[in-house]
Amino acid sequence: MEYFLELFMGGLTRGSIYALIALGYTMVYGIIELINFAHGEIYMIGAFTGLIVAGLLTMLGFPTSAILVIAIVCAIVWAAAYGLTIEKMAYRPLRSAPRLSPLISAIGMSIFLQNYVMIAQTSDFLPFPELIPHFDFMDKVGSIMSSAELVIILATVASCVGLTLFIKFTKLGKAMRATAQNRKMAMLVGINVDMVISATFVIGSSLAAVGGVLIASHIGQINYYIGFIAGIKAFTAAVLGGIGSLPGAMLGGLVLGLTEAFATGYVSSDYEDVFAFLLLVLILIFRPSGIMGKEKTQKV
Amino acid sequence: MSNESKTMNQSFVRFFLTAGCDGYAHAVRKSFLVALWFVFLTFPIMVIRVNTIENTVVWHWSRIGYVALAIFFGSFVWRWLLARKELKKDESQNETRVESVLTRMQSNPIFKFSALAVLALAAAVYPWAFNLYQTNIMISCLIYIVLGLGLNIVVGLAGLLDLGYVAFYAVGAYAYALCNMHWGLGFWYMLPVGAVLGAVLGIILGFPVLRLRGDYLAIVTLGFGEIIRLVLENWGDVTMGPSGISSIARPDLFGVKLGVVGSTQYMFYIMVGLLVFTIFCVNRLQNSRIGRAWLALREDEIACQAMGIDKMKTKLMAFALGATWAGMAGVVFAAKTTFINPASFTFWESAIILSIVVIGGMGSIRGVIAGAIILILVPEYLREFAQFRMLLFGAIMVLVMVFRPQGLISAKRKIYTYKVAEAGAANE
Repeated sequence: MEYFLELFMGGLTRGSIYALIALGYTMVYGIIELINFAHGEIYMIGAFTGLIVAGLLTMLGFPTSAILVIAIVCAIVWAAAYGLTIEKMAYRPLRSAPRLSPLISAIGMSIFLQNYVMIAQTSDFLPFPELIPHFDFMDKVGSIMSSAELVIILATVASCVGLTLFIKFTKLGKAMRATAQNRKMAMLVGINVDMVISATFVIGSSLAAVGGVLIASHIGQINYYIGFIAGIKAFTAAVLGGIGSLPGAMLGGLVLGLTEAFATGYVSSDYEDVFAFLLLVLILIFRPSGIMGKEKTQKV
Repeated sequence: MSNESKTMNQSFVRFFLTAGCDGYAHAVRKSFLVALWFVFLTFPIMVIRVNTIENTVVWHWSRIGYVALAIFFGSFVWRWLLARKELKKDESQNETRVESVLTRMQSNPIFKFSALAVLALAAAVYPWAFNLYQTNIMISCLIYIVLGLGLNIVVGLAGLLDLGYVAFYAVGAYAYALCNMHWGLGFWYMLPVGAVLGAVLGIILGFPVLRLRGDYLAIVTLGFGEIIRLVLENWGDVTMGPSGISSIARPDLFGVKLGVVGSTQYMFYIMVGLLVFTIFCVNRLQNSRIGRAWLALREDEIACQAMGIDKMKTKLMAFALGATWAGMAGVVFAAKTTFINPASFTFWESAIILSIVVIGGMGSIRGVIAGAIILILVPEYLREFAQFRMLLFGAIMVLVMVFRPQGLISAKRKIYTYKVAEAGAANE
């Protein structure tokens, strides 16, 4: 039973991170129908920025919890800046191009960013300092769930709730929903669609950056390649939940995380990634609209 | 220099410098701001390098200067290219100068045959004129051309984005390696078997996933490619795991075993033969009934179905035929390197093949050949810049998509002329 709970909590943590990244995918897809391949790389850049800031602050002697907060804020700022720039350079000129063009451009961007970080930093694994503080009250359940896992799950829940409220009640959130429904109509009623799309990229990138710093601190090492696998898995999560739907992305992330945790715990750890991809293939074949997605009829 | 051309030159310089701006001052200010933004953007990752174990920091301040300068001048080019694209929107169907020269050359029979003869001669002499190293590079370039032409059927003609193409390549290579290891089957038996295996696998994979729309298809094929690689890596009992399979037999010439030099030269001729065969097949396919169905499917799926084309069959055909070439190229690859392991079949291999197709020109045979030569041969000779290779691939993919979506050499549709006089005569 304890083993089960341990796996469950591990899966929940993993799933939270997938959910955080998947939200960015789903928001972008909901608005411009593009799989933002470079989203995983934004997550990686967020983690790297966090590492650099954390390294600098550690040397200056800041307390750990302050470092965590500052590192996350910096990661958000830079990840958002990257998201904004990528959208403007690689996707905006292709807004009216055939569907394949922005997708290929996104793949190119992803390759570019990975190699950019590899050349500017290093191709080796870099150790990431443990930033998440250790809580004493977690000692009793320490074998099941660590404090880091608790923080990650709580941060994810907070981000998701915040995002849902933002989309539901603010003016920008309403504009986003309108743009997702029908871009031309949104333009006609006076919504600055370009601005809304940029804002979507900024929010998605920020969430990915939060996920990047938290998971890097939990796992303890990063390299330039982490964005690729995380990105594909987060995309799987987004598809699983129904792409374009925010609660779907969160649910999908959790389902994927738990599936992976149990599959590695009870079946075999060698095939961890295979289970994720298999789940993706099966979902797309049998229920392409996902768990919470709506069936869309294709218009001529 | 005459007065007229001087003003022409001046207006070009002016257009180049102020494209998309209100004047020189505005352009400079804009570029300055862009450079500033990129300095901010690249600051942490380019400049600071921390070591969290020894608590040391290395600062690369000079990199800021490079980034700023590159972006400042680059932004002029970027704006100019954007403005030029806007201007040329209406005439984008026109051929570029290189393309029109190529077309004219192709339509002139004397020139065409003499060019073909020169190419054939060059191919015949090449392995004798150059050393082993050069021949080996050329063989891998030829393999990539075949792979590119195969993927071109799927991506360029049928418009299905396949990101797991390398899986079929891996299956071909492993099929040869394993059959050779266990049963000693030779190259010439396995070449057709590899092709058939590729096609069968293409159909097996294609059957369930082809209902999916373009971008979903891309992800599923990517997942499939990764599954194949992970299985190859982890199923150690059969595939020997990450350490791979070594001492795979080279092809023999009617039972005669050749030395290293001889077999490399022989390999080169096999590859040239395979390439000619591929070009012949793809060329014939392109203008066949199925080829036209692919193009129609790529342009508009619904209209295509309304015209009575079986979508499923057409797509499966594209998948299977594309995979066939990958299977064959895989067999050749295994025979050429005599050693394979899963590391040769990562997603990056798929990405390289895709960039060959995209950068060369989707749907264009000449384009794919040019793309492979540029992307495979040039980096081989610029070894010092090896680490920038993938960086440039990525950047070029984005730039090509933004500024020249049809690729270096765009595909030309065959034009069927309808002879009015004859048709009229027949009607009477």
